[in-house]
Amino acid sequence: MKAFYTIVKRELRSYFASPLAYIILVVFQVISARFFFLYLQGFLQFQFDPSYQLQTGELNLNNLVVLPYFGTISIVLLLIVPLITMRLIADEKKNYTAELLFTSPIRIRTIVFGKFTASLILLIIMLLLSSINIFVLMVHGNPDFGAVFSGYIGLFLLGASFLSVGIFASSLTENQLIAAVISFGVLLLLWLVGALSDAESSVLGYISVINHYEDFSKGLIELKDVVYYLSLIFLGLFLTYTSLESERWR
Amino acid sequence: MVHVHNLTKRYGSLVAVENLSFRLDRGDVLGFLGPNGAGKTTTMRIITGYMPPTKGTVHIEGVDIFDNPLQAKKMIGYLPETPPLYLDMTVAEYLDFVADIKQVKRKEKKSRIFYVLEKCGLSDVRKRIIGHLSKGYRQRVGIAQALVNNPSVLILDEPTIGLDPLQIIEIRGLIKSLSGERTVILSTHILPEVTMICSKVVIINEGKMVLEESLDYLSEGLRNSGSLLLRVRQNGEGVKEKIMSVNGVSGVKPGSSGEFVITPSEGVEIREELVRLVVENDLGLLELRPLVSTLEEVFMKAISSEGN
Repeated sequence: MKAFYTIVKRELRSYFASPLAYIILVVFQVISARFFFLYLQGFLQFQFDPSYQLQTGELNLNNLVVLPYFGTISIVLLLIVPLITMRLIADEKKNYTAELLFTSPIRIRTIVFGKFTASLILLIIMLLLSSINIFVLMVHGNPDFGAVFSGYIGLFLLGASFLSVGIFASSLTENQLIAAVISFGVLLLLWLVGALSDAESSVLGYISVINHYEDFSKGLIELKDVVYYLSLIFLGLFLTYTSLESERWR
Repeated sequence: MVHVHNLTKRYGSLVAVENLSFRLDRGDVLGFLGPNGAGKTTTMRIITGYMPPTKGTVHIEGVDIFDNPLQAKKMIGYLPETPPLYLDMTVAEYLDFVADIKQVKRKEKKSRIFYVLEKCGLSDVRKRIIGHLSKGYRQRVGIAQALVNNPSVLILDEPTIGLDPLQIIEIRGLIKSLSGERTVILSTHILPEVTMICSKVVIINEGKMVLEESLDYLSEGLRNSGSLLLRVRQNGEGVKEKIMSVNGVSGVKPGSSGEFVITPSEGVEIREELVRLVVENDLGLLELRPLVSTLEEVFMKAISSEGN
């Protein structure tokens, strides 16, 4: 447990000792806030446009602001997560510090899980920052709290799955840039694969990361979606472990 | 105590280490020699548990490094060929991190870090970022890192590489002062280094052990090779034959510019006779001295005889 804590602490230190974490947080916040403002503006326009008054059922904060806002966040996560994870293991190989870790009395799975946890903490900080906008919305308006809550659960699971894929990509190479490209490619593929088939129930549709997010954004926390994300997280971490372990045997 | 038994490592069809066995006791300082690519680093990586062997076992203080890695690794300090440094940390932060992952007890941590900072001459730079340090200092941080858990087995892969002559002397002194209670294994290309700090030598070539000797025994052998080197001004015909005629000479090998390497028969003192011969024939004595074979020669001999 102490070893795990040590790994997490060092990774967080490393994130915040370099400008990387701050740049990531600022970029994330600026982009998502800009879009939030855009959606809010749209909502206000609709509200005062008499021709839309008929469909009041659809015209609520959730559908016009919260839903697209979360959609934007999920896309920004797709772009930013590879930057968060790229150095996690690739850098250890490049600086030969992997040799220190693997000759220390610490298990490989502790190392992998510690690094994942550190990146997860960065994700949580990002999501907390993004919730400032929602908080403003709650003070001045009346969005459905349940949908906001489930949306955040969904974003957290989505981001965590992205991170686990990113860590795996980082374990495959000692070059950060290659790690980032691999993880972005894989994530994009996982995202778009659903569009290859129309049927919701098809295998490709099931594999798609974003299909599982839709229920969350509608306010539903479905077991099958939670299971999907948890499996993806586990798979990513397991593959990372396997990749590191097999490297020793080569 | 380190016990390496029948160690073999294959990468596909390539054999990196083959049937390597040796045993070191507390206080031993092993000089691990061999040409580049002989399998030194591979062997050290296996001993430290970085990679598993294809065959064979390694015991650290009686604990098998592969059956019980967490326990065995606590007793090891390891400096890889390239020091494993986090360049964005300060020296003190880095050592604190290493102490934590090596599970140094909380009570001892502070004093251990203080001790290695002092011992490696790093006290003045403890607050500096490692990435800003010179190569020599980084190497010292690497050694400090290996010592922070007070290991009973210390494994150093080319510890003096890339240092300036003064630093090399300092580091050698440091390593020497660290032995005693510990078992030390160090690999090096600098052969005099072995004579200076090691108590035991293992030479490997192409993954196989070609020589294992205690240094006392080895240097005894080095001094008493018995051959003499004679250099004379007159280097004409028949000089070799004249030398051969001296009582007790068993072999003469002419070299360049009037040099002769003369091997006497076992235990026979020939110098007096030899000088008389030179003077009587007016050959012009320039030099006569016992030929001390160096570790380099032992090394070359061990490696080339393996090839035959």
